[in-house]
Amino acid sequence: MQFSENWLRSYVNTSLDSDALNHVMIMAGLDVDDSQPLGSSFSHVVVGEIVGIKKHPDADRLQVCDVNIGNQTLQIVCGAANARQGIKVACALVGAKLPAIDIKEAKVRGVESFGMLCSLKELGLSEEAEGILEMRHDLKNGTDVRIALDLNDQITTLKLTPNRSDCLSIWGVAREVAAILESEVTPVIYNVNPIQHSDKKIVAVEEKTACPRYCGRIIKNIDNTKKLPDWMASRLERSNIKSISPIVDITNYVLLEIGQPLHAFDHDKLQGDISVRYAKNEEPIHLLNDTKVKLSKKDLVIADNHGAIAFAGVMGGMPSSVTELTKTIFLESAFFNPVVIAGKARAYNLSTDSSYRFERGVDFANTRQALERATSLILEYCGGEAGEITEVINTLPLRNQIHLRLKKLNAILGIEVPSQDVEHIFHELGFEVNKTIEGFKVTPPSYRFDIAIEEDLIEEVVRLYGYDKIPSHHPITHQAMLPKKSSQDNHLKDALTSRGFYEVVTYSFIEDEIEKSLHGNLHPIQLQNPIASQMSTMRSSLWGSHLEVLSYNLNRQISRLNIFEVAQTFHGTQKEFIETEVIAGLTYGSFMPEQWADKIRDVDFYDIKAHVEALTSKTLNFKSSDKTPLALHPGQAAEIFLDGQSLGWVGKLHPKWQQHFSLSKAPYLFELKVSKLLQEKAFQYEEISKFLPLRRDIAIVIDESVEVDAILNAVYKAKIPFLNKMALFDVYQGKGIPENKKSVAFLILMQDTSKTLVDSEADSSVSKIVELLEKQFGATLRN
Amino acid sequence: MNNLDHTLKEAQKDFDQCQSLTDLDQAKAKYLGKNGFLTDALKSLGKLSAEERPKVGAEINVVKQGVEEALEKKRQAILNESQAKQLAEESLDVTLPSRKEERGSLHPVTQTLHRIESLFHSIGFSVAYGPQIESDFYNFTALNIPESHPARAMHDTFYIDESFVLRTHTSPVQIRHLEKNKPPLKIISPGRVYRVDSDATHSPMFHQVEGLWVDQQVSFADLKGVIEDFLQNFFENKDLKVRFRPSYFPFTEPSAEMDMTWKGGWLEIGGCGMVHPEVFKHVGIDSNQYQGFAFGLGVERLTMLRYGVQDLRHFFNNDLRFLQQFI
Repeated sequence: MQFSENWLRSYVNTSLDSDALNHVMIMAGLDVDDSQPLGSSFSHVVVGEIVGIKKHPDADRLQVCDVNIGNQTLQIVCGAANARQGIKVACALVGAKLPAIDIKEAKVRGVESFGMLCSLKELGLSEEAEGILEMRHDLKNGTDVRIALDLNDQITTLKLTPNRSDCLSIWGVAREVAAILESEVTPVIYNVNPIQHSDKKIVAVEEKTACPRYCGRIIKNIDNTKKLPDWMASRLERSNIKSISPIVDITNYVLLEIGQPLHAFDHDKLQGDISVRYAKNEEPIHLLNDTKVKLSKKDLVIADNHGAIAFAGVMGGMPSSVTELTKTIFLESAFFNPVVIAGKARAYNLSTDSSYRFERGVDFANTRQALERATSLILEYCGGEAGEITEVINTLPLRNQIHLRLKKLNAILGIEVPSQDVEHIFHELGFEVNKTIEGFKVTPPSYRFDIAIEEDLIEEVVRLYGYDKIPSHHPITHQAMLPKKSSQDNHLKDALTSRGFYEVVTYSFIEDEIEKSLHGNLHPIQLQNPIASQMSTMRSSLWGSHLEVLSYNLNRQISRLNIFEVAQTFHGTQKEFIETEVIAGLTYGSFMPEQWADKIRDVDFYDIKAHVEALTSKTLNFKSSDKTPLALHPGQAAEIFLDGQSLGWVGKLHPKWQQHFSLSKAPYLFELKVSKLLQEKAFQYEEISKFLPLRRDIAIVIDESVEVDAILNAVYKAKIPFLNKMALFDVYQGKGIPENKKSVAFLILMQDTSKTLVDSEADSSVSKIVELLEKQFGATLRN
Repeated sequence: MNNLDHTLKEAQKDFDQCQSLTDLDQAKAKYLGKNGFLTDALKSLGKLSAEERPKVGAEINVVKQGVEEALEKKRQAILNESQAKQLAEESLDVTLPSRKEERGSLHPVTQTLHRIESLFHSIGFSVAYGPQIESDFYNFTALNIPESHPARAMHDTFYIDESFVLRTHTSPVQIRHLEKNKPPLKIISPGRVYRVDSDATHSPMFHQVEGLWVDQQVSFADLKGVIEDFLQNFFENKDLKVRFRPSYFPFTEPSAEMDMTWKGGWLEIGGCGMVHPEVFKHVGIDSNQYQGFAFGLGVERLTMLRYGVQDLRHFFNNDLRFLQQFI
């Protein structure tokens, strides 16, 4: 809410300057979002009167004016066409500082000039101006123009929390500030306007709970073309309220002043009686903002015999709105139940000052007074005759007594607040207080919708007592084992950072198309209201995001990238969403940073496989499969298993996607579920053998399609005597090896746990292995 | 034995001419080999009379010893020379860059989370997690934000459908944790949260840390102490001041915003308050028996302040030149 600080000060008298006043409000929970001096900052400009004027002897377009500024008359040269005898002007004195110039004594074409007559533009109050500013005639000569125009003002913007609807008016803020400062607030004067005619509307409130109070009256013979007084116009302008017509401006003024939304209907456009009811299904209404909507049965309306004339608490209707020609109005002031209005405006993409207040709570004790207040202003500035008020009162919200126990108050706050201070605070806030044995019975006023339980009262006390009076109590915790540290994924991250990987954090949402065709998820979880189309879907894999990070960096002349991320992936459909934490990464470009010592080569499958293996001390199994994810090259991809359970995939990006992302080289990707990697089991130590192993090397020739894992598994499964370890150390294809065949070489370690092995025993085991390989894989021993 | 005298000089001369250990071996053979001169001489002692034998034998041994010494001296000289040569040949330009292996880094947000976790860990807080696709109930209703409540407008929420949203804060973890655990308890809950907002200071996804301490006597004074300690330690500044001012969150009462001193002014750093009785009611805890506080901090905010990062978007662009600074 934006408003003029001077308006606020007109209700509460304080010597605090703007900064101090703002601080007081902030520390009581009224957050000052912004506070700026009004407009331009000129000085030494006073009201002057042109008491004499003659033509400049040497310039046709200039005139020489005698300007009375109260205690003296100055000679000032002026070029404005509207300068003439008798008008009051804004006269900048010698020494004045205007936004564009500093005023000095000057000779203008040979004639001395002791000041300048200013336009609005020269005062920095408007972008453009024709001629000098003509001021009101009742202003005294010599009056500071800043005071004359009420320019020494501050524009304050409050960011109010939703619980403080009582501060959604200038007077409401004043009431709060007065409570904080323990001073008085000047009341708004509510006159009871005399009844000048006997016409009145019949109002039928059908929905008694939704509309506990309704007041309305007919005002005849108004003139909706009058000009409102400057003070009212400037207060509205400084609240950033656009002027529409005097009647609408006055209802807006009262809304700002005391927080009661009002609506004026053009009486001549209404048909018959008024009713307050829920809309019929799909009941059409043409709203003031010129949109036509169809309301639902949950929306409250004001209706005449013909249909809905206003969306109650939200916005009036266009057909019955007041215009320049309006002569008779039906002026409405009502209290709608916040629950009934809440969310209604938003449902139709509307937000109005009325709905904002009604859904937070409007003072129901003020409904009739607000109507009288607006009537007074209308009669004063637009003329007219007021009729009798039709008022319907149903059950108003209750303000229950709440028991505040001092013991509870002190326990929550951790201090002892003196009992008399508590009582005093409630008095200042206008709460009704009665002492009890344990504390106080407190009844909040009608304008406080946020006080329902004991804790709410505690907040009121501490808000005014001051959070700064609570000492900081530093925790002393008892000795205990520290709880298990959470960041279990630390060691996964450390493994990768030590291998040159950078951790990234990418958005959990991705483009729908990427989710479908790269991640292969045909039933993605989509957002109803994404921020952009390329962020519309919850990702089921991190790969799409990582390829985007790669592109982003390649576009910035970075040619080598190793990145990883630990994040949730999202699967499932309505009501059954599954979040899985994964660790995913990407490697691209040269294996090592560019350097002089070693030949540079690009990363390949076996590099990324090593990175994956570094994540755990346990043995991972890598298997090729015909279910390769769409993102990966089917010939360079492996599913990763731990203890027979699939954890994820590693592989080269599919050439199709390499092309899609315009990558000159292929990145390699991995993604694994984290949870299984983090499971820790206590393991059993194995005794180290006292006897040295014997090593034998063999090389065999087999079909190139045979996987090395299959060979090793077969050998281990056969339980060859003394076999301790068999490992690959060479793969060769080319000269000397038939086409479609490959030579693979293994080292074989053999060991006996009870004695030193003799050569013959080792050789016999090797023969068994070779025999097995010949039989199962058609292998031949290579010389 | 003129001949013998001569032998030592001759051997010396031969050895001096040797360039390598091979040369030296050849020269050695001439005197000390199987058919070497001195070997022969010793062999021929048998031909001498018993009186002459010891005398001549002694003379030969003297010469032999001399030859062996000369030989050893030369061997050392040759070895020294070749080692000196090797050292000279093998000397490097040690200022050439190393065979560099890059060390990666943790994302600055992770680094901040680790700091936060460590500090709270030290006073006995454990860590709890919750889902990011959260039901309307946990994200709002259980936190005392009923449907259509104006406070919902404070959260620009991403919707999946009518009943599921992307969590707008980490506060739902409070509910989930309190449902499953009985007080006393102390947790923090870090994680990703989402709001429909994007500019230099707002991101549609960011990180929060929620804190919750529930016990029989945990008061607002404890809240102030914990937050003050945390911020002073996090920013390594014992003079850092923290101020609390009244605010509104539906799930705490009383509620406060936390501001800290920063560059001569006050800077909003998070929200906090005493857990609202409605929240306790939702999870079946008697608010006459237990009370506690909750707070929420923005992780990116803390990171930006600590490292002087101006634009929030850096955290999610993942420009390598940005990440490399956080090693």
